[in-house]
Amino acid sequence: MTIRVNGEPTGVDDPITVHELLLRLDLPRRDVALAVDGAVVPRSAWEQTTLGPDAEVELVTAMQGG
Amino acid sequence: MTVPAAEPLKVADTELDSRLFLGTGGVPNLATLAECIEASRTSLVTVSMRRVSADSPGSPLQVVREAGVRVLPNTAGCFSAREAVLTAELAREALGTSWVKLEVIADEQTLMPDIVELLDAAEQLVDAGFDVFPYTTDDLSVARRLADLGCVAVMPLGSPIGSGLGICNPRAIAAICDSLDVPVVLDAGIGTASDAALAMELGCDAVLAATAITRAEQPARMAAAIARAVEAGLLARSAGRIPRRETALASSPFEGLLGS
Repeated sequence: MTIRVNGEPTGVDDPITVHELLLRLDLPRRDVALAVDGAVVPRSAWEQTTLGPDAEVELVTAMQGG
Repeated sequence: MTVPAAEPLKVADTELDSRLFLGTGGVPNLATLAECIEASRTSLVTVSMRRVSADSPGSPLQVVREAGVRVLPNTAGCFSAREAVLTAELAREALGTSWVKLEVIADEQTLMPDIVELLDAAEQLVDAGFDVFPYTTDDLSVARRLADLGCVAVMPLGSPIGSGLGICNPRAIAAICDSLDVPVVLDAGIGTASDAALAMELGCDAVLAATAITRAEQPARMAAAIARAVEAGLLARSAGRIPRRETALASSPFEGLLGS
C-alpha cells in the first residue's frame, strides 16, 4: 500500500506498524515525535499502532529556529 | 557599594538565571551556536520543529544539551491554531517539555501574529497543560487576554521579526509591562545591544534575540554585548531614571561663582 511520510508517497508492506515503518525506512527514533493523520502517536504506542492505506505520517525533530 | 546581583527571572514556577532568551534561527553552524550560548550566558534557547529528512543539517539539540540550558520549542511557520497545537504537541512528545513559544503568523511577508488564531491556540494549549509563551503584537488588549487565558508570559514584538528595527512603539511596550502580572519578554525586532537595554528600561522582564545575534558579523561578540545590555537595562530600571525635562537643569552649583 502507499502512505505518505513527511509528504512523500511511500510504498510499504500492509499491514505495518509505526515502529516497523521507522525501522524499514531507517528513520531516526531519538528526539523525534510522530503524528498520523494529524494526531500525535506517543512513542509508547508505536509498536501497537498500525498504519492504514493513505495514512499521512509526519515525523519531526528540533531544528534551528527563533 | 556592591551592585546587587540581578534577580533570576521567575516563569512557569522556574527560575532562569539569565534574562536573555537566545533564538537559534539563522545561526551559520553549530559551533557558532555553542559560542553564542556561552557568550550570551543564556538559560533558555529556542528551537523549531521540522520534518526529519536525510539531508537535514545537524540538530541544535546536542549543543543545547551540552551547554546545560533549557530548550523552548516554538511553533514558527504555523498559520492556524490547528497547526500550532499539533506542533506544540509534537514538541512536547519529542523534547519532553511542556514549554512552548506559541507563534501563529498571518502571512509570510510581515510575519505578524494572527491574533484570532493565536488566542484560539493559546486557550487550547493552556487547557492541555502547556506553559505557553505567546509571540504577540504590542497591543495591550491582546496581551492582557493572553495573560488572562493563563499564558505564563507574553512576548510582544518590538518590530517585525528579523528587521532589526528595534522597538518601534516603546510606549506600547511600557504599557504592557505596567499592566500585566506575568513576565513580559520583548520578542522580535532587536537589532543591537541598545535595543535590548531599552526593552529592559521600559520594564520588560527578559529579551529574546535571534537574528540580531546569529546574523551579526561576529555572533558571539554580539551575544556578549546584548547580554550585558540586558543586565544594564535591568539595573538602570531598578535604579530609577531621572524624569525628562523640557529645559536645562545645571548640575554644577551657582553659589560661589567667580565674581558673584
